[in-house]
Amino acid sequence: MKSDYLRILLPVMSLTALLAAVFYMQPRTMSYFGLNLLFNLAVPVALATIAQMMILMVNDIDLSIGTFVSFCACVTATFVQSDPLVGYSILLAAILVYAGMGAVIHARGLPAIVVTLGMSFFWAGMAVLVLPSPGGSAPDWLRAIMTTKTPFVPVAIIAPIVIGLCMHYVVKRSSLGVLLRGVGGNEQAIERSGWSVLGLKAIAYGIAGLFGVLAGMALVGLATSADANIALRYTLLSIAGVILGGGEFTGGRVSPIGAVIGALTLTLAASFLSFLHLSSDWQIGAQGAILIAVLALRLVFTRREGLA
Amino acid sequence: MKLLTKNSAQPQPKQGFTGLFSTLSRKPWIWAWLAAGATYLATLLVVSSGGAGALLYAAFTFASFAVIVGIGQMFVITLGPGNVDLSIPATMTLAGTLALKFMATDGGFILPGLLIVLGIGLTCGVFNFLLILLLRIPPIIATLSSSFLFQSVAIWSNRGLRIKPPPLLADFSTGGILGIPNIALVALVVSILAWVVLEKAIAGRWISATGQNSRAARLGGVPVNAVRFSVYVSCAVLASFTGFMLASFSGGANLNMGTEYLLMSIAVVVIGGSSIAGGNSNVPGIWAAALFMFLMVSMLNSYGLGAGARLILTGIIIVSVVALANKKGYRV
Repeated sequence: MKSDYLRILLPVMSLTALLAAVFYMQPRTMSYFGLNLLFNLAVPVALATIAQMMILMVNDIDLSIGTFVSFCACVTATFVQSDPLVGYSILLAAILVYAGMGAVIHARGLPAIVVTLGMSFFWAGMAVLVLPSPGGSAPDWLRAIMTTKTPFVPVAIIAPIVIGLCMHYVVKRSSLGVLLRGVGGNEQAIERSGWSVLGLKAIAYGIAGLFGVLAGMALVGLATSADANIALRYTLLSIAGVILGGGEFTGGRVSPIGAVIGALTLTLAASFLSFLHLSSDWQIGAQGAILIAVLALRLVFTRREGLA
Repeated sequence: MKLLTKNSAQPQPKQGFTGLFSTLSRKPWIWAWLAAGATYLATLLVVSSGGAGALLYAAFTFASFAVIVGIGQMFVITLGPGNVDLSIPATMTLAGTLALKFMATDGGFILPGLLIVLGIGLTCGVFNFLLILLLRIPPIIATLSSSFLFQSVAIWSNRGLRIKPPPLLADFSTGGILGIPNIALVALVVSILAWVVLEKAIAGRWISATGQNSRAARLGGVPVNAVRFSVYVSCAVLASFTGFMLASFSGGANLNMGTEYLLMSIAVVVIGGSSIAGGNSNVPGIWAAALFMFLMVSMLNSYGLGAGARLILTGIIIVSVVALANKKGYRV
């Protein structure tokens, strides 16, 4: 238990440090409106990061989440807006495809990294078919939700907290979460105690698909329109977010709250750099540098953990 | 174990065609070659008869870029589960941009330019390896974060400018000798070197041993870290060399020229029949897979499909090839 707290401490500290730096440089962000602006785009990133976390939890990796979120955004901006019934059926089918992909990956013992890379082509093509040129519009209710003015704390802060806590319950407290983490930790043990690893993997991928859909919808709610390349960066951002938040590549060691914090940190890093008046050339590079710095810090932590 | 099977599976000189066939069908790369051949024939059905040679020429030209990066990626993947170099596209872009900027279309600077490219590859590779070894960052995340840094340097130095390559270099990279593209010859030399290293030299045994079980390899006296170091460095050097050639070929570097090679480098390794779980690799399959990937796109093009349908079919074909060709038991 203690190591779990240590594991979450580092992401919390990096987010706090970054936030303090932003507040110091630009005190006006320390307001309802400022916070909303800072974290607005964090909601879809956090959802995509949770999706990636579900896949990493069962020892796989998803390189198609960026194109998948783009595809969902395109469907949301077109079909969900004009023919809700068709739109929701497409999104539901997409979630089922995700679950099926998990089942096939397990049943045939396929390398997830290659299958998801191939699927990233599939989703990119579907997105282009649905929305050949940038456009579409957000459904009104979605726009309303994403821009709600909640009292005292902006929705951009509340949403990630709610997402993190819900998934914390599912992953860390529910029996399903234990089984899923078990698949990541020791697949054979789960298999031998009578559970269907095939089904569990399908569930993990299905949940990932669901969160991919939610990320796409949230993104459209914020951006009000979509295009086929809208979320390509999310593949890398989501992996980085999970790892920043204390997740591991193997062994089912993930932390939903950490993942959400990781996503917030990465989003904030972009704002931080623009406040530094750093040329936009260095934005991506600085995200890489922050990632490396946090992982280097984690090394120090885990060494200490190992000694204690 | 690999050593044993290698020695005992020497092809028995059987008589005639059946012997040849049974030897071939045991090679992991045969399926990729068959797929490439079938796609070529399927494309010819719709291309006019004069296009056959031109198509093959184009296929070998574009496949060559994929082959060179693919070989680098193959070495990395052979190192075992979790080893993938995601910084290949950024390294390519960085090398292409900096080298063309340095040469500034002056033909006299080609050799120094090439040295700079190799230096960039060396630096990127060493940087990746230091992240993996010293900070113990998983290779996927290490190469991912370093690719952000490389990409930033490329953006900073390039600023959207497109500098033409020196005419001599442009002629070399687009030209050919005796109907074979120069690029393909370069890729062939790289492949032969890689094949010799993998199959005939002790280094290849070390790489495979590290990939199959790094602990066993270490206990067996393999210098595991030196092997990892040289593999990551050579992968980066090959990537930066490809970036240099690609930039010369396409008349200048641009910032997303490497993007498609991320998938390409991994796909050619896997479709070519190397094990994604590491410890097993083969060079001929890379050629077949690279040709297959290009021919597939041109086939879909020549059937008149739009961008969307083409992407969808590409995805479906990659996934099905991997699903069908895969023997059970591979794991990332």
